[in-house]
Amino acid sequence: MKKRKFGLALSLVLAAGTLLGACGKSNDDTKNNASKGENKEKAYTVAMVTDVGGVDDKSFNQSAWKGLQDYGKENGLEKGKNGFDYLQSTSDADYSTNLNTLSRQGYNLVFGIGFLMHNAVDEIAQQQPKSNFAIIDDEVKQPNVASVLFKEQEAAFLAGVAAALQTKSNKIGFIGGMKIPVIERFEAGFLAGVQAAKPEAKVDVQYSGAFDKAELGQTIASKMYASGDDVVFHAAGATGNGLFKEATDLKKKNPDKEIWAIGVDQDQSFMGPDVVLTSAMKRVDLAVKDVADKAKDGKFPGGQTTVYGLHEDGVGLAPVNSKASAKDAIDKAVKEWTAKIKDGSVKVPGTLKELKTFKAQ
Amino acid sequence: MSKRLRNILTPLIAVVLGIIVGTIIMLVSGYDPVAAYTALWNGAFGDVYYTGEVIRQVTPYILAGLAVAFAFRVGLFNIGVEGQFIVGWLAAVWVGVSFDLPKIIHLPLAIIAAMVAGGIWAFIPGLLKARFRVHEVIVTIMMNYIALHSVNYIINNKLNQGSSKTGMIHDSASLRSPWLQEITTHSTLHWGIIIAIIGCVFMWFLLEKTTRGFELRAVGFNQDAAHYAGMSVNKNIILSMVISGCFAGVAGAMEGLGTFGYMAVQGGFTGVGFNGIAVALLGGNTAIGVFFAALLFGALKIGALSMPLEAGVPKELVDIIIALIVFFVASSYIIRIVLDRFGKKEVK
Repeated sequence: MKKRKFGLALSLVLAAGTLLGACGKSNDDTKNNASKGENKEKAYTVAMVTDVGGVDDKSFNQSAWKGLQDYGKENGLEKGKNGFDYLQSTSDADYSTNLNTLSRQGYNLVFGIGFLMHNAVDEIAQQQPKSNFAIIDDEVKQPNVASVLFKEQEAAFLAGVAAALQTKSNKIGFIGGMKIPVIERFEAGFLAGVQAAKPEAKVDVQYSGAFDKAELGQTIASKMYASGDDVVFHAAGATGNGLFKEATDLKKKNPDKEIWAIGVDQDQSFMGPDVVLTSAMKRVDLAVKDVADKAKDGKFPGGQTTVYGLHEDGVGLAPVNSKASAKDAIDKAVKEWTAKIKDGSVKVPGTLKELKTFKAQ
Repeated sequence: MSKRLRNILTPLIAVVLGIIVGTIIMLVSGYDPVAAYTALWNGAFGDVYYTGEVIRQVTPYILAGLAVAFAFRVGLFNIGVEGQFIVGWLAAVWVGVSFDLPKIIHLPLAIIAAMVAGGIWAFIPGLLKARFRVHEVIVTIMMNYIALHSVNYIINNKLNQGSSKTGMIHDSASLRSPWLQEITTHSTLHWGIIIAIIGCVFMWFLLEKTTRGFELRAVGFNQDAAHYAGMSVNKNIILSMVISGCFAGVAGAMEGLGTFGYMAVQGGFTGVGFNGIAVALLGGNTAIGVFFAALLFGALKIGALSMPLEAGVPKELVDIIIALIVFFVASSYIIRIVLDRFGKKEVK
């Protein structure tokens, strides 16, 4: 009798475990060890370490992973040891272990995705002087590290222009992830864009303090929309997913209400086709692929910092939602400002300090 | 079967059961368990580098486990290890960056600062429990959030050296050693493990060999009986929370002075404190048990990092295995019944 009970308990645990296991791997559809032994000629292999967000965060890490996949596709590589791969970190302590593991596995180039990895990349690059590394969103001054920075403020500026032209209530929201220099660039650029296009519009700036808390993003978005903001921009990674959920819910309840959300990092229009006005794109994928391509051709930009801005097509604005009433005006204004930024007649502020002295003509 | 043997066997069987069930899950979901466990083993002990990383990871787990176990022995459930860990980390780094002293003073000072910070953070729930019978679980959970957000604020506004993190601590406060890193081919191994072992010995000695320890345990067994015997229950509650907080604070110092050498703004909880609960549970709330449980958890965590790369198995599976182990320990009643049956048979 007792034995049977034990068996029942064991099978229950098994069932629960299997279900959970199945949930966990649903995103992992690429499971090919086929590449083992093939590819006799040594391919230039590339790998990356994500921060705690993971490659399905719908923004930053996902974009970087897409860049690696594109690189792999172009060079006929497969996911795995002889091609490209990634490791996800579950805590800050995993960064150096993961970076080290990948470079020990013999990957020719290892990316650290995110400024949080600064110290880890710096240290490992010194310990493994023969391997090449790259860091996104920060500068590491080592001869074997390529640093990649973006002019997020330029994309955010255009998003600000779009928001200002679309708003009817003249109240706009901004949800930031953590108060870090990258997000400050988004904030400063966005505020400058709003100011340039419609000086009387007010921007309500709030920080969630996290990049992975969608429920927090939703709470903040809910408050913003309730207080009359009709366009909300987020630069908060997966926290921003809550913004789209809230906006879609509100729109469903009251289809006549004019509310919009602006996405970040990649074109997030898929997050809510009715509510996403546009997205401030930061083409991490292009930058990752660009650095990988250069390195493969023997032109690895080690020790250098490459800045990707509007001019390099490293940042930009996604197509504006065709349902937006001000679409034509936005398209026109964005075109003008893009030209001005590209030819250097407008310099978008990258910090809140610079924003104070910013004057748009 | 003796009680002692049973106490040792129960967690061991839980671990084995967790691994067996994990194997079945892998088979069902189409992964190769042999490759996965090989990758797990090699990722933890296959290379001296990884062994160094395991020991580094084990260090805070031991101390966090001791913190939970110590409070538990006095009948308190300290969920606040995470918060005490975070304030300890900050305090250690603060001393590490702000002062310039010879190593013999600086390093102990930084560790003591972490102890004090963790102790204060645990003193508050201890006091509230002793004075007003406010349940320590609720207070400590709240204290975790207060710790997380105030520490983030302090890093951003007081100690910020750009990029939302503090500067590197001075070498004189560092637990790192070039020698240890060299023999483990540049792992992040540091001297903290010695401190963790001292912590284990200290806890064992205090609880088992001193009068004070007897009192603390007495309060844990039965508060009324302890009170009747003339012991001050309130004093012992506060004391146990403070000591528990000190352990947690030192665990934070291990990260601040050893693993990282700085502290960055935390987007969420680190999980060390919560893993400490599982470690204490698996270790049966004894010092030696915590040591081995932490070793297992550290090896699983570090080994898991290699699993996606080597075997194509998502490392979340290790989280499931850990969860299953905890589950089996928590339901040790089942194991105990089975053990008793076998025990009886042997007697016959």
